[in-house]
Amino acid sequence: MEKTHILSITVENESGVLTRVAGLFSARGFNIDSICVAKTLEKNESKMIIATSGDAQILEQIVKQLNRLINVIKVQEFTDDDSVLRQTVLVKVNADETTKGDIFRIKEIFNGRIIDVSRNHYTLEVTGSEKKIDSLIDILRPLGIKDIVKTGIIALASAKKII
Amino acid sequence: MNHNKNNNAKKNLMTGSKIIIESLINEGVDTIFGYPGGAVLNIYDELLNYKDKINHVLVRHEQGAAHAADGYARASGKVGVVLVTSGPGATNTITGIATANMDSVPMVIITGQVPTNLIGNDAFQEADTVGITRPCTKHNYLVKDIKDLARTIKEAFYIASTGRPGPVLIDIPKDITSSVYEFDYPETVQLHGYNPTYFGHHVQIAKLASEILKAKKPLLYIGGGVISSNASSELLELAELLDLPITSTLMGLGGFPSCHPLFFGMLGMHGTYASNMAISNADFIVAVGARFDDRVTGKVEEFGKNAKFAHIDIDPSSIGKNVKIEIPVVGDVKSVLSSLLEVLNGRNEEISAAKYERLGWLEEINAWKYEHPLTYRMNDVIKPQYVIEKIYELTGGDAIIATEVGQSQMWTAQFYKFKNPRTLLTSGGLGTMGFGFPAAIGAQMAHPDKVVFDIAGDGSIQMNIQELATAVQYNLPVKIAIINNSFLGMIRQWQELFYHKRYSFSEMNVNPDFVKLAEAYGAVGLRAKDPDDVVPVIEKALSIKKPVIMDFIVDREESVYPMVAPGSPITGMLLV
Repeated sequence: MEKTHILSITVENESGVLTRVAGLFSARGFNIDSICVAKTLEKNESKMIIATSGDAQILEQIVKQLNRLINVIKVQEFTDDDSVLRQTVLVKVNADETTKGDIFRIKEIFNGRIIDVSRNHYTLEVTGSEKKIDSLIDILRPLGIKDIVKTGIIALASAKKII
Repeated sequence: MNHNKNNNAKKNLMTGSKIIIESLINEGVDTIFGYPGGAVLNIYDELLNYKDKINHVLVRHEQGAAHAADGYARASGKVGVVLVTSGPGATNTITGIATANMDSVPMVIITGQVPTNLIGNDAFQEADTVGITRPCTKHNYLVKDIKDLARTIKEAFYIASTGRPGPVLIDIPKDITSSVYEFDYPETVQLHGYNPTYFGHHVQIAKLASEILKAKKPLLYIGGGVISSNASSELLELAELLDLPITSTLMGLGGFPSCHPLFFGMLGMHGTYASNMAISNADFIVAVGARFDDRVTGKVEEFGKNAKFAHIDIDPSSIGKNVKIEIPVVGDVKSVLSSLLEVLNGRNEEISAAKYERLGWLEEINAWKYEHPLTYRMNDVIKPQYVIEKIYELTGGDAIIATEVGQSQMWTAQFYKFKNPRTLLTSGGLGTMGFGFPAAIGAQMAHPDKVVFDIAGDGSIQMNIQELATAVQYNLPVKIAIINNSFLGMIRQWQELFYHKRYSFSEMNVNPDFVKLAEAYGAVGLRAKDPDDVVPVIEKALSIKKPVIMDFIVDREESVYPMVAPGSPITGMLLV
């Protein structure tokens, strides 16, 4: 069954390593739904979080192929149950006198922040699960979304799993 | 202390070019295949100082260098080394690198690059070599700092030759080759993300041993991994211990003696009737260093449909890629087979019982073998299969045979009975026409005293015919047998079978006179037009200590059988 999988890939922080990983996905016909990369605290190490989709066999191949890359140190698969998954969105919504109150309430409900304000627009910053972000967008849509940008998903093994 | 260190450092100061060559010598390299150009002039200048230590073979086209290094590596088991310039020098090697990558051949390719300050500037003879070769190498490097040069070469050889072998490319900008740094060749490598598994897990091996004893209709399906891990003797011991019938992929040929009563030939699209039937009727199949290629499996859902599978492979990504595997064993084939033999040691009663139980199975496969052996019909024109049979007989099966790709390759696989590993050099994965002849040159460099053949078609030999000058220059007595049907024979065969004989651009209307061509290069040309000419021509070629082209004018519309249509179950064979 097609499912979304979150892969946490620890790589050597060398030039070209992103291309190697991305190139592997495209060459073997795997999907990248989202990708986030940044350095870790270890010297010369970065972590990539890739959201991908496919059945169990495809996922197994992706993990094995990633492990073949010389610069890949470790590959972990995360699911909702064993990890915390987060995404951040910035949304610029139309704001007039009749809707400003709504936007404030939505911001409160979603535990977000208003980070930019102009006469006709508010920009909201919200962090949460993919589901939470999706419902935020649903709620804001009737107000008129002027612009939107999302980060890819980032993930960390939950404490429960570590214990 | 510090003072001493500084002194030592000064003693070992070298140019990048010298560091490269000294590193190669540290890796035991004595032969390289290359072609000079602007970006590698410094390296070539230094190379002249090492004439007594490093044999440089000047090819006529960089593709030839890559295939020659590949042939050298396949025939010798050592790492093949290529040295070419930036831009076109590098891009010309791509087919050769991709060929080695698909067939897991250890190679190190050193390419020149424009100076670091010009990289990305669209400089003369600049190409993004690392970018272009990323998908067709096991790994690649751009050396941006001379400090990293020796370490990079060390890592490249280590990565190329360990785990599942493959080509590794090192791109070196020209300024690095002229700058100076201390040479200190590292003894070990530190690669956090690379740690191949050599030893099979004991639980898996125990499971494999008991399943292999329990199976009523077991079959070993062997591939190129047997050859690259030098596991032939362990394989022979295992097969004879348990009376295990064997079928092989194209890449596995030579891994087990073809004339052995337990060997039933190649399987797959042009496999033997016995092998394809055995795969389909077996109850337990052990894949040994093989990767379930589509040319082997046919319709993959039907492949070994009555069997459980075990798979021994050093590359975990090969296991379970195309076929579900019940007993995966990740590890080096040689090591896993030795452990398996240890586990079986002393279980004589179980072994005799198992052997007794499977007598009927062996009879069944032998019946298939006699029912439909590999065969062809003779008439008054030369049959290609006859040429291969005679090459086999006259060389006693002891020659190294390189092939091109297509019908001539398949007939070679079917009719030359390979005895020893590393005697068939063929592009199995990528299927590269033009591979065989330069590969034969490389093999002859590795084994000056052996008889080396390239079995070619009239189409494929023309893809790297320029290397005849290389063979003549280095006095390499490679024997080229052209199976000349004035067709791209395999294309013609598919067009005959699947396109209603619409021979679209597969006829070679104009071919050179190969005999005169050989002579023009300073080689020897011989021709056989009649079946009676075949043996004398091969005998004559074998007696000449020079490169020889044998032009065998064969039946134009002969086809390779058995044949399984692509995507069909491999039991659906078209027979002679």
